[in-house]
Parts: sequence; C-alpha cells; structure tokens
Amino acid sequence: MLRETIKMSWQNIVNNKMRSFLTILGIVIGVAAVIALITIIQGVIDELNQQFLDIGTGKVNVQAYGTPLKRGLNNSDIERLAEIENVAGVSPNLSFSSTAVKDENVLEDITVDGKNEVYFRTTKELVSRGRNLNILDMDSKNKVAIVDGELVENLFFGIDPLGETIIVDGTTFIIVGVLKKDLHDDMIAMVSAGDSNGKVIIPYTTAMTMAGLGNITSVDITVKDTNYMSQVIDEIELVLNQAFNFKDDSFFILDLDSLVDAMEKMQSMMTSMLTGIAAISLLVGGIGIMNMMLVSVTERTSEIGLRKALGAEPKSIQSQFLIESIFLSLLGGIIGVILGLTLSYVVSNAIGMPFRLHLGAIALGLNFSAIIGIVFGWAPARKASLLNPIDALRSV
Amino acid sequence: MSKEILKMTNIIKTYPMGDEDHVVLKGIDLIVNEGEFLSVLGPSGSGKSTLMNILGCLDTPTSGEYILHNKNISNQNQKELARIRSKEIGFIFQSFHLLPRLSARENVELPLIYAKFSKSERKNIAEEMLVKVGLEDKMNHRPNQLSGGQQQRVAIARALSTNPTILLADEPTGSLDQSTGKQVMNLFTELNQEGHTIIMITHDSTIAKYANRIVNLLDGMLTEGDVADA
Repeated sequence: MLRETIKMSWQNIVNNKMRSFLTILGIVIGVAAVIALITIIQGVIDELNQQFLDIGTGKVNVQAYGTPLKRGLNNSDIERLAEIENVAGVSPNLSFSSTAVKDENVLEDITVDGKNEVYFRTTKELVSRGRNLNILDMDSKNKVAIVDGELVENLFFGIDPLGETIIVDGTTFIIVGVLKKDLHDDMIAMVSAGDSNGKVIIPYTTAMTMAGLGNITSVDITVKDTNYMSQVIDEIELVLNQAFNFKDDSFFILDLDSLVDAMEKMQSMMTSMLTGIAAISLLVGGIGIMNMMLVSVTERTSEIGLRKALGAEPKSIQSQFLIESIFLSLLGGIIGVILGLTLSYVVSNAIGMPFRLHLGAIALGLNFSAIIGIVFGWAPARKASLLNPIDALRSV
Repeated sequence: MSKEILKMTNIIKTYPMGDEDHVVLKGIDLIVNEGEFLSVLGPSGSGKSTLMNILGCLDTPTSGEYILHNKNISNQNQKELARIRSKEIGFIFQSFHLLPRLSARENVELPLIYAKFSKSERKNIAEEMLVKVGLEDKMNHRPNQLSGGQQQRVAIARALSTNPTILLADEPTGSLDQSTGKQVMNLFTELNQEGHTIIMITHDSTIAKYANRIVNLLDGMLTEGDVADA
C-alpha cells in the first residue's frame, strides 16, 4: 500500500516536471544558501580554532613594551612571573630576521627565534628528529640550533642536517634537531613570519647576546589549570605593574582562551543568524509547495473522487498527497545540499581554505525540507481527503 | 427463493436549498435479490443520481434504512463507507473515469490496491479480468489508445476486479454509439448469467430492457415496472 502510494506520488511529480521544478526552486535556493554559508563560515572558524589549538590553550602571551626607563622584562621579572601559583613555565619570545649560510649557499630572510627549555616542555611534539633545547643550553649560551623543514629544503638539498653546522648572523651553530612541518607554534610568528624562507630556533640567551638585548619584551606563560586562568592573569598584571611602576600601556596581556571563547560566541551568533535566514527562505519555499499542492488537489478532484469511489479511505488519499509534498520538498532539499556543497567547495578553494563536509549542516537542510513538506503539505492533503466523492466525481 | 442482497426501506433524501429543504427521494422501498439484473429507469431530475449515490454507498440517506449484504449503511462514517464500497460495490460510470496516465491493467488494479491485495495477486486478477472482457491484447494500452467501448470494458473489468456484491452501472452506454453500446450491454447480460448482481441506472428504455427487472423512478418515487412495457 505504501509502496503504491509512493509510486503514484512519484509519477505525479515526474508527469509535471516543469511545475515541480519551479515549485522546489525556492527550497533548493534556501537549502543551498544555508549549506554554503554554514560550511564556509564553519570552515573559517574551524581553521582559526585549529590554529589556536596548535598554539595551545592555557597559554597567556605577554607583550611587555616597558617604559622609556626600563625596556622589557629582566631576569628577576621573569622569575617572579614563573613563581606565580599555577604557572607551569615562562617562555621568552625573541625573534629577528637574519641570513643563514651553509658552505657557499646563502639563504636570506630567515626567522631566528630565541626560546628556552620551557617552550619545548609546554609545546606539544615540536621536534621530529634530534633533541630539544635544554636548560644547559640556556645557562651556557650554547650555539646549538633547531631548524625547520623549509630551511632544510632551501639549504641542505637532501643532506641530513643533524650534526651539521650552519652560520647564522655570523655565528656558527650546530644543528641538534629538526622541527615538524606545518607547525603553528606561536601566534606572533604566525602573523609576522609569513614570507620567511625558513626558521632557526636557538637558546634565547644566545639570541639575546647576538641581538645585543638586555631584556625580554615578549613571553608566553603556560598555566597549569585553565580554571584558574583569571586569577593567574590578575597575578601577572600585578607583577608587571610592579615591574613597570604602574605606567599605562607598558604591557599587554593576550589570553588565548578568552580569544577562543570570543570566537565560539561569534560562531553561535552566526549560526543563529543563519538559522533565521534559513527559516525565512524555507518558509517562502514551503508556501510555494503548498500552492502547488493546492492546485494539484483542485486539478485532480475527479481522480480523488474516483479513487474514493473505488474504496480509497480518506487516510490513504491524505497520505498520497502528503507523500507527494514531502517528496517534492525533500527533492528540493537534496538538490539544495548538492548545490550548496558544490558552491562552498568552489568558494573554499577560491579563498584557499580547506573544504570540510559538515554533516550537521546537511542533516539540517534535509530535515528542514522534510518538515516543510509535512507542514505545508498537510493542509492540501487534508483538503483532498475531505473532498466529497460525489462532488469530486461530478467535476469532470 | 434467491437470497435478498439489498434492502431499502422508506429512504428519504433531502438537500438544503435556500431556506427550505428540497426532497429528492420521497420514501424509496427496494429489494434486490442475488443474481438479479435490475434497471432503474427514470428521466433526468427524477432523483436517479441521488439514488445511485446512496445505492453505491457514496452518500447516506437523510432517513430510512439501507441494508446491503446484511450491513446497515444508513449511518456509517466516511472511512466505513470507503471500506464497504471497496468490498461490496463495483462502479461503472457513464464517462468511464479511467486514470489517463495508467495502463489498462494498472487501472484495473486500482481498486485492488485499496482492497489491500498483494502486487502479484493484483497483476493476476487484473489480467484475468481484462481477458474476461476481451481485452487480453490491450493490457498495457493507456485509455487514450483505446476506443470508447474498450475503455468501458476496462472500467467493467475494474468494477469486477474485487468481486463485489453488486455491479452498479450509471448510464453505462451514455458515451457510446449504438453498436458499441449493444456490445457493452451484451457483456452485462453475460456477466449476469454468470451470477453477478447488476443494478443499472438509465433514462434509456431500450437499454433498460436488457435487464430482467425494471423499476421506474419518477419524481423521487419508485414503482415496479414491466420489462415488456418499457
């Protein structure tokens, strides 16, 4: 019985191809727009979130510009920061651009990062081969370096870099480790080192000597338990205020967790806005379906009368029309999903973003269109089922 | 004698018309026995269609009692009426009422769908019925590929498919030319001889004569007629 009903509904849709197509166009466009927007926005936000996660949550970045009298943080300031309760470690950020030389090969525009042992302890899986920098490297200002894949490619041409030497800024370093590829290891580097030809990480003590710096202007502070984030930030502010005599604008605290929170808020706002737009466009599409179904009922009055005379119960007439309308809107939904995914795939590629399939968005589109079919098909189907068979038969 | 299959007692049907009720059927009494071929003969406006709707369980009387196959039809709801139609009545209409997009076989299968026959049963019965009405070579033709007489045969096959208690024909030759009409009427006679109970409603006395009993409907009243007089 259900199979026959489905077959009959399908035949009716196929027999009115043009009209069916125009009717579902509203749903197609609505669903396609929603799928495309959700997929693209979700993609952008996922991408940003992933970058933040790569950097690691539970990290607070402090930019300490200092005052004209005191530029940056000295060693005792850093020690005081490290002594704050719940702080796992303080890692200075020191970065400059330089030139690397290996034998006769010169590589310009490389990024030199000065880091300490805390950086390697608090950043996950940083080095793919070789060793991390340790506290002894810091204390004795060892001339050891960890290089990234890009530098290896640009300077070593297939030679194993481990144990080789490299001249950076006129100083000779021994390469003790190689970084993993595609690592967004810190936010500052992510923003500034866009066009770098490669990267070298050396002990920050060594880097400070090379750059002729006495103080550190940027540190990453790792927090043990992110539940105490705000207390830790308060403490950091206190330490920094004391360090710079409560001078305005002498430092800036960037807390990744609050950034991620803000991002999540933005995302949920976007989602509810999109849901609103989706609801409106699908409402319009639904009205189109309802209109077509009402026309269809009127057109097929005599068919309905005949079916009733032949023993069709009101229920089976109603389900025939209801299934037809669900079919229509679901068909619109499916075409819309395909169109929307195609659109977002093209856009994602165009703006250079990875394309991710969002099952949630697809399910949303399909569910929505099925619900539309039921809601807007119900009244016409009910109308058909209530037709008086005598009147219906008479109207030939 | 033979079994009483249908009994109408004092059936009255009124329709509201403006402020007052218009009485269409003014107390119909009718008994039909199993295996009868009955013609209801009457001019237009006599209440033929109304009587046919009540006989066919498409409508219920305003008052009176209608018993079909031991079941009281007088006060059933739409769902029940649909079930009774599905089981008891085979309709044959003046304008055939075939669905244009379905083949002859699919049209004959239609009542079987609502009577909840399985797919293979439907196919077998439909083919058997089409053979019976002489359309074994037209099973997959659509109505517009068939002549009027052939279309009416499909409709008769469709009416026969559920093996109903009565065949109810409403001006079955009204859309056909004389010779085709004759063939259809001969088919009715054959079916009656096979044991089918037939009630035919018509205004045409020459057609009515094919029946073995005639009742005259005039101004909402029924009188027994004579086949020879008609």
